[in-house]
Amino acid sequence: MISFYLNGKSQSISADPKMPILWILRDVLNFTGTKYGCGAGLCGACTVLLDGNPIRSCITPISFAEGKQITTVEGLEKENSDLLDNWQKENVPQCGFCQSGQLVTAAAFLQNNTNPGDDEIEIAMSGNICRCGTYSRIKKAIKETIKGRG
Amino acid sequence: MKEIENISRRKFVKTLGKYSTVLILAVHLPSKVVFSKNKNTPDVFNPNLFVFLYPDGNCELVVTRSEMGQGVRTSLSSIIADEMDADWSYVKVIQAEGNPKYGNQNTDGSRSVRTLFMPLREIGASVREMLIEAAAIKWGIPVSSCIAEKHYVYQKGTSEKIFYGDLVEPASKITPPKKIRLKKPKDFNYIGKALKSVDVKEITNGTATFGLDIRLPGMQYAVIARPPVTYGSVIRYDKQESEKVKGVSDIFEIPRIKGPFGPLGGIAVVADTTWTAMEAIKKLKTDWKAGPNGTYDTDKFMETLTKRVLNSAKVVKQVGNTKQAFQGATKIIKSTFRLPHLAHVSMETPNTVAIVTKDTCTIWSPTQAPQRVRKDAAKYLGIPENNVTVHVTLLGGGFGRKSQVDFALEAVIISKKTGKPVQVVWTRENDIRHDYYHTISAQHLEASIDEKGNTTGWLHRLAFPSISSIFRPGTEYAAPWELASGATNLPFNIPNIQVENAKAEAFVRIGWLRSVCNIFQGFAINVFADELSYAAKYDPLEYRLKLIGPDRKINFGNQSFNLNTSRLKNVLKIAAKNIEWGRSLPKGYGMGLAVHYSFLSYVAAVVLVKVEQNKITVEEISMAVDCGQTINTDTIKAQMEGSAIFGMSLAFYGKISVKNGVVQQNNFNNFLLTRMPQSPKVNVQIVENHEAPTGIGEPGVPVIAPAIVNAIYAVTGKRYRSLPLSDHQLTF
Ligand code: FES
Ligand code: FES
Repeated sequence: MISFYLNGKSQSISADPKMPILWILRDVLNFTGTKYGCGAGLCGACTVLLDGNPIRSCITPISFAEGKQITTVEGLEKENSDLLDNWQKENVPQCGFCQSGQLVTAAAFLQNNTNPGDDEIEIAMSGNICRCGTYSRIKKAIKETIKGRG
Repeated sequence: MKEIENISRRKFVKTLGKYSTVLILAVHLPSKVVFSKNKNTPDVFNPNLFVFLYPDGNCELVVTRSEMGQGVRTSLSSIIADEMDADWSYVKVIQAEGNPKYGNQNTDGSRSVRTLFMPLREIGASVREMLIEAAAIKWGIPVSSCIAEKHYVYQKGTSEKIFYGDLVEPASKITPPKKIRLKKPKDFNYIGKALKSVDVKEITNGTATFGLDIRLPGMQYAVIARPPVTYGSVIRYDKQESEKVKGVSDIFEIPRIKGPFGPLGGIAVVADTTWTAMEAIKKLKTDWKAGPNGTYDTDKFMETLTKRVLNSAKVVKQVGNTKQAFQGATKIIKSTFRLPHLAHVSMETPNTVAIVTKDTCTIWSPTQAPQRVRKDAAKYLGIPENNVTVHVTLLGGGFGRKSQVDFALEAVIISKKTGKPVQVVWTRENDIRHDYYHTISAQHLEASIDEKGNTTGWLHRLAFPSISSIFRPGTEYAAPWELASGATNLPFNIPNIQVENAKAEAFVRIGWLRSVCNIFQGFAINVFADELSYAAKYDPLEYRLKLIGPDRKINFGNQSFNLNTSRLKNVLKIAAKNIEWGRSLPKGYGMGLAVHYSFLSYVAAVVLVKVEQNKITVEEISMAVDCGQTINTDTIKAQMEGSAIFGMSLAFYGKISVKNGVVQQNNFNNFLLTRMPQSPKVNVQIVENHEAPTGIGEPGVPVIAPAIVNAIYAVTGKRYRSLPLSDHQLTF
């Protein structure tokens, strides 16, 4: 049995401890908001927070989550509703497939950086690929959120 | 209040070709079926296939094309909503299943809006007329005394009004009007405005459903090991170790199905999770037969193609006498351009869920071609098409890859075998290794310049494997439409033009990739034209306008639309003006331009780059687009912004190389894409007019790479005629 918290709710599952968090979320728990993009830590589509830190869930075994908090895109609303609002206001997504990873990465970054410069935003987000090319809008939504948080 | 155009339906259909000089395709909607009443009850007003209006005012609008980020669910539904005078906040979009009753559903060629704009307006307007008539009868006044606005019918000149929801029952008794009055563009409420995507909320809170997100009770997951060489096959395989993996339920060989969209075949592993299947497949020991494509080597093939374009080839277009022009020239300029295969790599890899029972099949697929899925599934299973249901999910990107249905059929094949619901998942490695690749191309251009700097002759010779090769194996020459991506529809005012096509065999599957052959033709033409301006000692902008020449509408034979050179020059001038072309720039900075006509739209880009030793930074891109009547201006902007990034990716990094028939790239570590730190400021200006609406999903792509190359030349004097730029020891 592996126990952890998923978006604040406790979960206990029996699974291969080597199975990456991504597939536990998607295929065992049917939490499909977190996406598969590469399975190799290269694209950021699978980003979730583990005790508040952004990780690549496609290469992080579920055993690492024992006793910890996993936050996925489905759990962002509570503390990041302003970020989600700005994302919608800027109409950021195109196909949308990369967006949950982008949002989770941005949420984690904004937790620790209250007044980042453009360069810092770009570096923080550089692990997340968007094939549709929504980068400039992502940046704008992040900056609006920073402004709003003052 | 509002003036309304009066067009009878019959006349409308008849004059459709004339209605706009650009609209090339007739109505795709089988009108009789569309307007046959569906199920009108007191609870729903459903006057046609596309509109469902409920007593609470909620209005469901059916969208028949696939959403892959191009905003089609929003744009198409807003067209109906506008003409029916619906209040947008009541609108919910329903995704149509794949079914011929909806007319053509293939989402490709940047033509959803172009072909559906008028039919959907007609549909929306007819609903509005029926609601007005119902209200008029209720009030006992003539229809002409009523007017519709934002979900209400009003008595003209009074504040008397009836809510659309309250008209559901009476409207159900009205027959669809024979005469349909379409709005004047100035009365549009949504068309031409910026609407947010109807899916933005679900996407940002993680509840949007892509193909990969379909979950069904008892569903299994399958991953397939496909022959590493295109059209190779399995000699033998050993599944012992794979079977030992806990959670694996089936391992079996699946056949290749011949035909343009047939699965490649291979070994399928079915398991309780995607990861289990992925792990088990690594333990499979398979001997593969390479087959005839096992010698394919893209480096060598590029040499072959290059040789072919340096010699004369099949003449596909001839205007004037190029040979003569070259003989009398002051200067002859010659350049050869080489562009590699590309992969689509949409963020969501190909996947499909299928449930096959004895005589039915239900499919959920992120497909650009749901009717093709339905047809091919029915054919494979030997059941009537009516027994196959195809649900179209959101597509996590498509870019042309998801027009092919090989991945959907794989799910059908596997579910038929296991008797259970199954989701076939392509790994990223599968996706990059077994794509329908953008073609590989060599092009040779020559031009003559006279003493006054005029270009007098133009020769364009192209060699590239054709997409026709997937339909007709052995095809060696390009299809006319492929050559009309810049080469045979060159909009330059040059008296002598010759286009030649050299042969090129296909050794991998060739497919449509966002803007297709415009990528390499737009590249060569735009870079070469830039070279000509320097040779003629002109400013590149000035020379390009001169090359395009006087205002005129050009018809390139057998086409029912014209290329308007004034619209082409206009976008170029706007893009240049917005970035202040010609201003003095600090050392290391330079600008380059490109303009291209594709999918009936006119797009220009001017790029500002900074060059520091080998490092290229794209600082800013100024784009201008003329796509006729705009539907959703925010979507148009987004598509241009996205095209800029897509174009940068292919300019910087895009390359699929093949050795011994095997694709050498397999993930984002060796097939690189533009990331946020490289993402420039992109400024987009949309030309507003009421010409017929044309494409926006693709036409932004072809101008980016040549504009970058031209900008680098402006700084360094170095001309890069092959892509990607990373092959030239440049970094970004
Ligand atoms: S799926 Fe995890 S980084 Fe790409
Ligand atoms: S929105 Fe499509 S990949 Fe980012």
